[in-house]
Amino acid sequence: MSNSTLEAVPVLQPAGTARDSRPRHSLWTRFVMRFGGAVVRGLVLIIGAFWLLPTVGLAVASLRTSADNSASGWWTVLTAPAQLTLDNYAQVLQNERIIGSLWNTVLITVPSTLLVVLIGALGAYALAWLDFPGRDAMFVVVVALIVVPVQVAIVPAARIFRALGIYGEIPAVVAFHVAFGLPFAIFLLRNFFLNIPRDLLEAARLDGAGELMIFARVVLPIGWPAIASLAIFQFLWVWNDLLVALVFATSENAPITYALREQMRSFSSNLDTIGPGAFLSMLVPLVVFFAFQRYFVRGVLAGSVK
Amino acid sequence: MTITPDPAQDLRPTSDERVIGRASVAGGPGDRHRTVRPAPRRSRDARLIAALFLGPALLMLLVLVCYPIVYTVWLSFRSGDGTRFVGWDNYATMLTSSNTRRAILNNLIWVVVAPTVVTVVGLIFAVLTERLRRASALKAILFMPMAISFLAAGVTFRLVYDEDPNRGVVNAAAVTVHDVFVDPSRYHGMDVRDNREVVSVADGFETRGPVASGQVIQLPLVGLPPNRIPADAVAASPPPAGPGLQGVVWLDFTRGGSGQPGVIDSAEVGLPQMTVEALAAGGEVVATTHTDVAGRFAFPELTGGPYVVRLPADNFAEPFNGITWLGPSLITPAVIGAYIWIWAGFAMVLVSAGLAALPREALEAARMDGASEWQTFRHVTVPLVRPVLIVVMVTLTINVLKIFDLVYVLAPEASQSHATVVALEMYRVSFGGGLDYGLGSALAVLLFALVLPAMLFNIRRLKGDR
Repeated sequence: MSNSTLEAVPVLQPAGTARDSRPRHSLWTRFVMRFGGAVVRGLVLIIGAFWLLPTVGLAVASLRTSADNSASGWWTVLTAPAQLTLDNYAQVLQNERIIGSLWNTVLITVPSTLLVVLIGALGAYALAWLDFPGRDAMFVVVVALIVVPVQVAIVPAARIFRALGIYGEIPAVVAFHVAFGLPFAIFLLRNFFLNIPRDLLEAARLDGAGELMIFARVVLPIGWPAIASLAIFQFLWVWNDLLVALVFATSENAPITYALREQMRSFSSNLDTIGPGAFLSMLVPLVVFFAFQRYFVRGVLAGSVK
Repeated sequence: MTITPDPAQDLRPTSDERVIGRASVAGGPGDRHRTVRPAPRRSRDARLIAALFLGPALLMLLVLVCYPIVYTVWLSFRSGDGTRFVGWDNYATMLTSSNTRRAILNNLIWVVVAPTVVTVVGLIFAVLTERLRRASALKAILFMPMAISFLAAGVTFRLVYDEDPNRGVVNAAAVTVHDVFVDPSRYHGMDVRDNREVVSVADGFETRGPVASGQVIQLPLVGLPPNRIPADAVAASPPPAGPGLQGVVWLDFTRGGSGQPGVIDSAEVGLPQMTVEALAAGGEVVATTHTDVAGRFAFPELTGGPYVVRLPADNFAEPFNGITWLGPSLITPAVIGAYIWIWAGFAMVLVSAGLAALPREALEAARMDGASEWQTFRHVTVPLVRPVLIVVMVTLTINVLKIFDLVYVLAPEASQSHATVVALEMYRVSFGGGLDYGLGSALAVLLFALVLPAMLFNIRRLKGDR
């Protein structure tokens, strides 16, 4: 395959002008074929640097004192690296509000993820392999619910939680996340479970295994790639959420996104808290991203329909 | 590090011939198994078991999704506190109130611009990275923004877009580029002392009264910080005697305060490269010159008089200080820019999967026929990956309709009413102080109605798979 770039656009040779059987290329195309690889590589490097720039900027700014940040741009570290300091991080790690809200994020995210995977897998198995009336219609409804925006449910859900006496508490936030995570979870897992060879299930049934046993011993082990992708997607979805927390959590149950959003009111003067705080909140997603990249990409891509 | 070209492929235990767009909303791939039914003797038990398996999920969905949808529709026809039935009033308010209209208009801009741009950028990235053997590091960089929250992205871009060129990298670049083409003025911010020979006028500074040749015109200025004193400036000195108008412009300030106002003290420097104009009695400029390193200037050809000598305002023009990206007028494009940063990697990975699945023969055939790279791309590659592009566009459109966090975080309080979108306005109206659940519910219903086509699209694809 020859090398080329989109830069070949301006000089086009009409096709069919060739007299011999070999394709004729313009001077530009031949230039591109020879040097295109280097051009593409250079271009790609520039794009990569460009895409990294915002994150690097925040990272560097979070490592500078607020005095430095108001006096000069973060890029001055290139000439004066001595200004980098961990002071802001030391401060933020002492900050009870930030640390407390990070812990709240964990308290919200872990149960939300586990419950969605468990409840979703049970439901998905029923929709895939159990026979009961209305099964297919029920699946259509589940698929329909995937794209429902949370806005359409938050006001009534807040009233339900208030009636139950859990409004503002972490269980309310978890319950809402679980409910809105389920349609996609069931959709993803049901499609995966459907592809489990029928013979395996039938063999287990003939051996006298109950449905719960089949679910635990056959379906879950075979389905784990899909479950992993789902779990990672759901974990990040909840970890990164702001809106649900804003509506259903009181300030003392606020996750990190909520706590940092409060600080945004005066961005410039709070940059020494917001910068490190945002980086701490990004740490877990980034670790998940680099550690489980395959499942991560699959989960995010599959879940993008939400 | 690997980002699999087809992310959905490994989600299926059995191989499947349909690869393109798998990650999206397609229905069950394996419906060929569905003809199997459990043995009849189990059917009564099976219903009970199914109810047990599905029970928790159905309960959650009914209580926290289905019932609230109906409730919200009901609320949208009631007053803000829910006590009275008001018919279509909330919907009428939604279409007439300036805030909600702006929200709807902004959502329209988002839907038209963002998915298209993201898809095109993703396509370009996919084509570029396809030509590199080891592009996985780059793909990881481009995809990474998908991992972080909209809040973190919002924080990141607040800094990127910061108005102060000393903080925001975009404005730093803008100012640098601007200063390449337009020389920044050296003396912005300078002023005159009160009751001296120089007065401030609309066009700069000029001599208090008319001057004539033979006189040494003294133009003392103040207000130049030490770090902006030109490097080539030397001690100010009055010009030597000669014909015509002559004078000196200098920084009439001695550090430590020992200097005397209006007098050229020994430590005071001249202001070089200052434009000086001489005006005739009628006010027209008759001559222009520049000061030398000691601040001296001369108009030897101007004899007689009277003239007025002026230092035009160009000398003191305020420098370009960057663009207010997060102000009312540019806020929506700025937020869309951040959105592109987040989602371009997503589009790239999906399009890459599509490209990897292209039949090589078609491309080779086009090349053998003498098509150029661009023609091959335009007439073979793009039509073949069209299904993927459509899936990406639909996915992004759904996503963009519901955009909330990014706008809420990135737009400063002052420009939020200019940046607002339907999802944000719903939150603002219902919870952000207004507590108008009627109007909020009407906005939520609008949002729901907007995603309905996507819902039908999903269901149709599911049925199509059967």
